[in-house]
Amino acid sequence: MFDFLHVLHLHDATVRSVLFGSLLIGATGGVLGSFAVLRRRSLMGDALAHAALPGVALAFLWTGSKSLPVLISGATCTGVLGVLLIQFITTRTRIKADAAIGIVLTVFFGIGIVLLTHIQRSLVGNQAGLDKFLFGQAASMVEDDVRVMSVMSLLIIVVVLLLYKEFKALIFDPKFLQSLGYSLQRVDLALMGLIVLTVMVGLQAVGVVLIAAMLITPAVAARFWTERLHVMVVLAAFIGGLSGASGTFLSAQAPRVPTGPVMVLVATGLFVLSGLLAPRRGLLARWRRQRSNVLRERRHHLLRALVVLQERSDNATRFRVDELVQELGWERRRVAGEARRLRRLHLVDCRDGHVQATAQGLAEGTFVVKSHRLWEHYLVYRDILSADHVDRPADEVEHLLTPDILERLEEILQRDHGIDTERVVDIHGSGSQYRPAGRERNEVGT
Amino acid sequence: MTDASRPDGAPQDVEGASRSAGASTGDSINQAADPSTDSPSIQLLPDLDPASIPIRIHDMTIAYHRKPVLWDVDLDVPEGQLVGIVGPNGAGKSTMILAIMNLVPKASGWVRIYGKPYEEMRRIVGYVPQRESVDWDFPISALEVVTMGRFGHVGWIRRPSKQDKQLAHEALEKVGMGEYAHRQISQLSGGQQQRVFLARALAQDAKVYLMDEPFAGVDAATERAIIDILMELRAQGKTILVVHHDLQTVTRYFDWLIMLNMRVVASGPTEEVFNDTTLNKTYGGRLTVLSQAAQAVQDYERGRG
Repeated sequence: MFDFLHVLHLHDATVRSVLFGSLLIGATGGVLGSFAVLRRRSLMGDALAHAALPGVALAFLWTGSKSLPVLISGATCTGVLGVLLIQFITTRTRIKADAAIGIVLTVFFGIGIVLLTHIQRSLVGNQAGLDKFLFGQAASMVEDDVRVMSVMSLLIIVVVLLLYKEFKALIFDPKFLQSLGYSLQRVDLALMGLIVLTVMVGLQAVGVVLIAAMLITPAVAARFWTERLHVMVVLAAFIGGLSGASGTFLSAQAPRVPTGPVMVLVATGLFVLSGLLAPRRGLLARWRRQRSNVLRERRHHLLRALVVLQERSDNATRFRVDELVQELGWERRRVAGEARRLRRLHLVDCRDGHVQATAQGLAEGTFVVKSHRLWEHYLVYRDILSADHVDRPADEVEHLLTPDILERLEEILQRDHGIDTERVVDIHGSGSQYRPAGRERNEVGT
Repeated sequence: MTDASRPDGAPQDVEGASRSAGASTGDSINQAADPSTDSPSIQLLPDLDPASIPIRIHDMTIAYHRKPVLWDVDLDVPEGQLVGIVGPNGAGKSTMILAIMNLVPKASGWVRIYGKPYEEMRRIVGYVPQRESVDWDFPISALEVVTMGRFGHVGWIRRPSKQDKQLAHEALEKVGMGEYAHRQISQLSGGQQQRVFLARALAQDAKVYLMDEPFAGVDAATERAIIDILMELRAQGKTILVVHHDLQTVTRYFDWLIMLNMRVVASGPTEEVFNDTTLNKTYGGRLTVLSQAAQAVQDYERGRG
């Protein structure tokens, strides 16, 4: 473990500004990334970044200067050229966007590497240090660089705030926006322009190879948590900023570790956490929802079996586990386990090998039976299915029917088909062949 | 020919192709306008003041990637009516709606809204795109979608005001979706999504509405609710143009009908133009020569390009 106060160096203005710079870069990447990802332009950002590399080298060869504005200008020129080339290829030939991006990205990157190698070989002594543009080196930023980046980042964010409404509509429903008299070309150009600037701002700190991740990863992570664009943008900015700052901080611990990869690793960590933990869209939440569906279905099946058994046995209320095993077609262990679970929910009582529904359990069971039979009737009378096909689909739907729907079903059956729903009977005839659906059938006693 | 490089080269090609195709097969493309075959089934309103006609289309031809999709459209839509557009797939129904709003390039012809170009009149035109045309998983609430209906009035950079949001909310209430205002749109059923689109158009507070298949994939209750609202709009003197696909409800819903199959087959009061003859012309195989011609043009262009 390192000494935080020591390594943070927060009293050191340079360290402070470098941290602040990478925080800004990350946040800007998150903001623009949200729009880029939703507009399905995220790979465009990747192409842009790779195509920027030859620009950096050429700008240096041309001017001999290593100042950030000069290098960024060069990078922007070739980056934009690359994007235009991709657009030219996709509109003028039959090559699809992914292939076009692949071609342009690699060839520009190749040229960039050749130029960089040339520079390093020929300029002995003044090792240009341009290779930091490959994987990023936040620590190499001087205060002037940070100032340039901060100004650009703020500029980008201000423009996003101004054009937020236009961007939202452009991505969601461009034809509609156009019908209102907005020029799609202009809105799209503004958005692409901002994406270009964002990539260029982050180039030195993150590097051309990985900067696309600073666009994509925070945005995708943020999407897990929310169903609102503005929340997504703010969250992505937060995640991006956090990744940027902590990436810089961590890579500064070992001077030879480039910043870009560390930032990307932090962002990806946050992405994985989001994907797992987010309340509605996250994997765990989904898994929990599925699980609770399964449990509800089992509960319904057991309670229904109790009601059906009671009906068939002249209102006996206590049944042996064996009888339930027979009725449900489950393994004995599952029946016992489910009975124990329902006892904890106060839906059944279990005593010496017998199971009995409580008043509450009986009510729910009766409701389930009623849903099931009404639904079956409805399907049959709608001529959707013949009677011998009914059991399965009814089984799947009944768990989802609400009292409202039931009421409507009853109404329809009474009105249109003259059925006395109070006395709805099992349409399979005597001796219910009730079997729960799915993987839980077969096995045990036929 | 020199026009391979000219973007406006299409009209010449299109007209040339249409003329030669019509001549060589003897199948008259202008059949509907020919008084000798049957009563004129394209009713124009030449006597009315152009400034009182919500939509007038004159000699319009549209081509996508040089493949013609709508030929020589001449059309008047009368004010204050519920107007249906029917026709088979690929007949150019959606294209016509887009063309009215000048969202697709015209190879020839023009459109006027109350006698003026669309650009001057867009504030009085409301638009409902096809539901499938957008990504319903987009992170946005129903109310935000409806508020977009106000963007035309709000203008660049400025934000929708309180009043705009209020109007959007009222529009949602109107389509019976008030309680879903803050739902994310992917959590709505197909019918509810369609209602949201309708509410957005209502929020535009327009005089002329262009709706692309507002009844597609909705449940019976929603269809009922939508048609009620359309009739209410008509009662307020608004003109509503609806792309429709269910021929069974055509006579019940629409006062005026446009039957389309790459050209206007018939246009007029529904009870006058909706009959076996026009249905045959619209949905029968008689127009294949037009599609063949269109294909030939495209093949030619492709072979050359």
